[in-house]
Amino acid sequence: MATQSLVGTTNRAGQTVTDPWELMHATERTPSFFTGSEVIKEAVRRANCDVMIAYPITPQSEAAALIGELFAEGFIGDYFRGESEFAVMSQCAGAAFGGARVFTTTAGPGTMRAMENFPMWAGARLPIQMIVTCRGINSPLSIQPDTLEISYLLNTGMLVWHAETAQDFYDWILKGYMVAEEPDVHLPLALCCDGFFVTHTKDVVNLTPADMCLPPYDPYRSPVPCMDMECPPVRMMRDPFVMKSNYISYATHASWQQEVWAAIERSRKHSIRWLDGLIEVDNADADILIVSSGTAVSQGREAKCMLEDEGIDVGIVKVKTLRPWPAEEIREATRKARHIIVPEFNVTGWMAKEIRATIPNPDRVYAGPHVCGGMTMPPEIIAADIKARLGLRAESLAGRGS
Amino acid sequence: MIKRRINIRMSGLGGQGAVTAAHVMAMAASRDGKFAISNPFFGAEKRMAPAESYCRIGVNKIYDRGELVFPDVIEVFHPQVITLGKSYTMPFYSGIKEGGVVIINSDMPLLSDEDVTRLRDLNVAVFYVAGTKLALEVAGTELSTNMTMIGSAAGITKCVSLKALDGALQERFGKKFVASGGTATLDEAIKKKFAKKEMLLKKNLDTVIRSYEIASEWAEKNNVELAVAAA
Repeated sequence: MATQSLVGTTNRAGQTVTDPWELMHATERTPSFFTGSEVIKEAVRRANCDVMIAYPITPQSEAAALIGELFAEGFIGDYFRGESEFAVMSQCAGAAFGGARVFTTTAGPGTMRAMENFPMWAGARLPIQMIVTCRGINSPLSIQPDTLEISYLLNTGMLVWHAETAQDFYDWILKGYMVAEEPDVHLPLALCCDGFFVTHTKDVVNLTPADMCLPPYDPYRSPVPCMDMECPPVRMMRDPFVMKSNYISYATHASWQQEVWAAIERSRKHSIRWLDGLIEVDNADADILIVSSGTAVSQGREAKCMLEDEGIDVGIVKVKTLRPWPAEEIREATRKARHIIVPEFNVTGWMAKEIRATIPNPDRVYAGPHVCGGMTMPPEIIAADIKARLGLRAESLAGRGS
Repeated sequence: MIKRRINIRMSGLGGQGAVTAAHVMAMAASRDGKFAISNPFFGAEKRMAPAESYCRIGVNKIYDRGELVFPDVIEVFHPQVITLGKSYTMPFYSGIKEGGVVIINSDMPLLSDEDVTRLRDLNVAVFYVAGTKLALEVAGTELSTNMTMIGSAAGITKCVSLKALDGALQERFGKKFVASGGTATLDEAIKKKFAKKEMLLKKNLDTVIRSYEIASEWAEKNNVELAVAAA
């Protein structure tokens, strides 16, 4: 295929096009102490992107500005600033229709404003990568992390992954293109993280060499014709389906939706290979399992250490991909668990609902603790909730130090 | 007390460099071979508005993210954090762990009798450093106040070495650094205070060292021991 035949050549910025598997697994990594925003820049530097479209909204603004610098340095084909998130996502569609590898970033209210575009991207089979640095979406205004917006993305037909750390973020930006651009997938990817906890946190991240990059996007691997207005998925210009109200038009639309969701399912095998499984399990034999995604997993890991000091055995299940949803994997991992604790950074507990709908004996699921609106989840409150669930006495945290 | 991890909460006001201070501390700890994570929390980026940052340093991998609700060390960058309640928590020392340390930038005592009693009950030591005065004396600008807060925390806990702080400062101010618009403006402002970048780095390091020495001496004299286990 054309993409592979370019391995060993150089791109516009003088980087060597490298076999993606080799790039991610066999090259020397350099540990760097970076903020998450800098990590996004470094991943995009190596992603051989054609177009990046930016609009400011905290907490992704720094990443978007840093990628502007990459454009100035010649690493990105073109860089636009949109007039709003809606405009940005529409421009992304245009660039992707034209055969470009597209990258963009958004957050919170920006994600919500642009929402109309996401099912359109998925239906049009555009493998755009969108970074979502989650923040509060509801009034009163908050710029702090809250994962409610992810729940709105779950039914758009996009692939939705939730990174825990900056290292996940770095690796998954590059791996994300490899999965999303497979001909049997060819869908947009919403790569989510918890804003501030990842974007503004300095942490050690192991980077691949800066002079090596992914192979360019090959639009001829698209399963649908490029910009053909006559055929699905577009078929908007002449004799469009929308103008008809008949069985054929409904069937066309229905079968296409089914095909989009089948494509999400087909991404499983690629995601399992690239992400080393859709979930990560630590100590599945424990009676008590903490199951969640993103920063809630990190906080769960700290709670696990605290409880271990007190002789309480806890396991962790980190959910990496939300779409595709790792139902089989979660069923297997929670088979022995008596208590399933689902800490979340949102008010509705969407993750707990997904897990309850997945496993037998859903009474085992404890939806919480929850924080929302930008609050932090100290590991102490996860540990306290677990103790309460076990009927053990937990130290009161509310009065501490005051 | 020797701990596996020390959690430092820095409560300051917008523009004082609390975010930068936490980043520099964490960068230095990472250079020393320890595990470290730093992150800020703020609302609209506005001068004199409450701004907090957090630095976690330890001997094991750190997963904990976000606001530090239960810190070992609290640094107060500006008297208004206490006097006007410009703090994310009330009182500003809410959540401090037993045996912790509170470091306050002020040349006069600011705590009420009740605060003093409560902190004493928790065995928390309180260190006043005239940070802004010291910054003016050593660096010639109050913009180096955050350096005195870095030096104070490092001097008491020895959680980062002076050599590593030197390296971290060079990394942060020696090259182009892209952050938010507000931070970029302040970076420009502090650069204008010094004729050359080398002077900026030297004067800021001098400020760190001076406050490190004062704090170190205070900790020794008062038998305050709060440290991270060796890496």
